[in-house]
Amino acid sequence: MNKTYIIELENISKEYDGIRVLDNINLYIKRNEFLTLLGPSGCGKTTTLRIIGGFEQPTEGKIIFEGKDITEVPPYKRQINTVFQRYALFPHMNVFENIAFGLNIKKVSQKEINSKVKEILRLVNLQSFENRSIESLSGGQQQRVAIARALVNEPEVLLLDEPLGALDLKLRKEMQIELKNMQKRVGITFIYVTHDQEEALTMSDSIVVMDKGVVQQIGTPVDIYNEPKNRFVAQFIGDSNIINGIMLEDFKVEFAGKVFDCVDKGFDKNESVEVVIRPEDLEITIQEKGQLKGIVTSITFKGVHYEMIVNDGTIDWKIHSTIMKSVGTKIGMIVAPENIHVMKKVTRE
Amino acid sequence: MKMKWTSYPYLLWIIIFILVPLVLVLLYAITATEEHISNLEFTLDNFNRFLDPKYFDVLWVSVKLALQSTVMTLILGYPIAILIAKEKPSKRNILISLFIIPMWMNFLLRTYAWLTLLGKNGIINFIISQLGFGPLDLLYNDGAVLLGMVYNFLPFMILPIYSVLVKIDNSLMESAEDLGANKFQVFTKITLPLSIPGIITGITMVFMPAVSTFVISRLLGGGQYMLIGNLVEQQFLWVGDWHFGSAISIIMMIFILLTMAITAKFDTQKKGSRGLW
Ligand SMILES: Nc1ncnc2c1ncn2[C@@H]1O[C@H](COP(=O)(O)OP(=O)(O)OP(=O)(O)O)[C@@H](O)[C@H]1O
Ligand SMILES: [Mg+2]
Repeated sequence: MNKTYIIELENISKEYDGIRVLDNINLYIKRNEFLTLLGPSGCGKTTTLRIIGGFEQPTEGKIIFEGKDITEVPPYKRQINTVFQRYALFPHMNVFENIAFGLNIKKVSQKEINSKVKEILRLVNLQSFENRSIESLSGGQQQRVAIARALVNEPEVLLLDEPLGALDLKLRKEMQIELKNMQKRVGITFIYVTHDQEEALTMSDSIVVMDKGVVQQIGTPVDIYNEPKNRFVAQFIGDSNIINGIMLEDFKVEFAGKVFDCVDKGFDKNESVEVVIRPEDLEITIQEKGQLKGIVTSITFKGVHYEMIVNDGTIDWKIHSTIMKSVGTKIGMIVAPENIHVMKKVTRE
Repeated sequence: MKMKWTSYPYLLWIIIFILVPLVLVLLYAITATEEHISNLEFTLDNFNRFLDPKYFDVLWVSVKLALQSTVMTLILGYPIAILIAKEKPSKRNILISLFIIPMWMNFLLRTYAWLTLLGKNGIINFIISQLGFGPLDLLYNDGAVLLGMVYNFLPFMILPIYSVLVKIDNSLMESAEDLGANKFQVFTKITLPLSIPGIITGITMVFMPAVSTFVISRLLGGGQYMLIGNLVEQQFLWVGDWHFGSAISIIMMIFILLTMAITAKFDTQKKGSRGLW
């Protein structure tokens, strides 16, 4: 038991009708941390969140909140509030009543409720919206009301289930920044669910990558991006070239028929590994200077950069670069040792 | 408003089967008994006749019984609707059919069934006599009529409430609980206010047939039993005074419209209210 953790999930498993949707989840969440559960649809993100919120009982394992086992505690007794995937605002109440709901239940004085609601409305930038009906709000406004309704109770932990899912790209980006700022300002723990890797990378202090009910990797955005633990994480987070290789010795890896210097160690001698190289880490040069050589076979404009596929005879390399090389051009590619990421090969059953 | 030609058959239907009879009833109500249609005499006598206390009594008993049966179907129906709505979809449909299927059976038949159950030689009295009591007068009183109404109209209360309840997003209840509401508070602050449209529909659908019924009251209340529906029936079928019968019908109609207006008003008031704190 550790004082720095506000929530601990210990060996949580969940089964629905004998089907295992969460398998032995262990999670230690620090106070005031912005933690993101990231993974493809159906991997168990919502289920994990619902277990923390108390809406679902785990089949095995326990949840610890500030050192106390709360596995059996009903939702209304937990100091945790949730922003639901589809907001779940009360349609028969206006904005003020929605936000005041939790405070009214706690029998806070009317005067205090008024000032708290005003304050929180300012925080979410919805001043003078008190008397608006829910149906008259836009998606983004509803979403902010949902956040305000949860935040006004000053919970220790706020759970957010894909709260930006219904918004368009521009509004989503704005809200990402707004949410992150809000979290810093009010200083509470956010547990955030998304399947958007970019969103996870920009907002989180730490990311939990999940797949098929199993935690694949936990780490800071930079760690997850630069040092993916396995093929799933590498593919899910950002674009990547994943190639088979052999770890000759510490700091020496062979792939694509060549030996490269790298920064990884601790593998067996001549161990089969997988090598990850991000497309933006492959630098274009003239063919003679390239560690790898190939012919550009396709090119796509992506806005900030071009995406090119370069074939070296056996492997199709994906490159992101601001320099454009037309199809058919012979080019060389260089990769710096710190941009070569060696992963243990997972033998999939 | 422009109408599509496809609505013409519907319009025709309304005119022939609703508008024309209504106009005729109104015409009868405001005319005196005459041999010939050529010399119609307009009068309000038919309405004045209703001001007699004995008719007021009938109206009072009818409204009282209708209100009682509405309240009882609500008290019985609401919890049933909630219990069904909470079940899994597959089980829900089976349970709700249990309440609908008896409605496919003839209304008269279902009411006759109570005659054999409640009668002097009926099953209930038989059981009571086996226990050494009775026989009890279970038939031909207010209680029997009330029972008949509640039994017959209960599905009309359950169905609208149920269909509103199943449509309420479960995450609303969950978020209320998330915000600190216990099960009872979730019910009073979320479930109940959101189901008011269903309650209003249920009340209207039970109160209207209950206040105008004449079959249930005649079968279970006996030949002497008079509700306003029986009064209308009597004027048309036995007395032959279509003018007075029409006037009573119109009074009854106005009464129903008034109650509907009041309940509808209650509905909109609730929606715009500043919460239920
Ligand atoms: N009540 C339930 N009964 C049966 N299976 C369920 C239930 N709830 C969730 N599941 C299953 O559990 C798995 C995980 O679901 P969950 O909702 O946690 O996924 P998710 O990661 O939130 O996905 P998404 O990104 O699509 O929201 C899914 O396969 C889902 O079908
Ligand atoms: Mg989900």
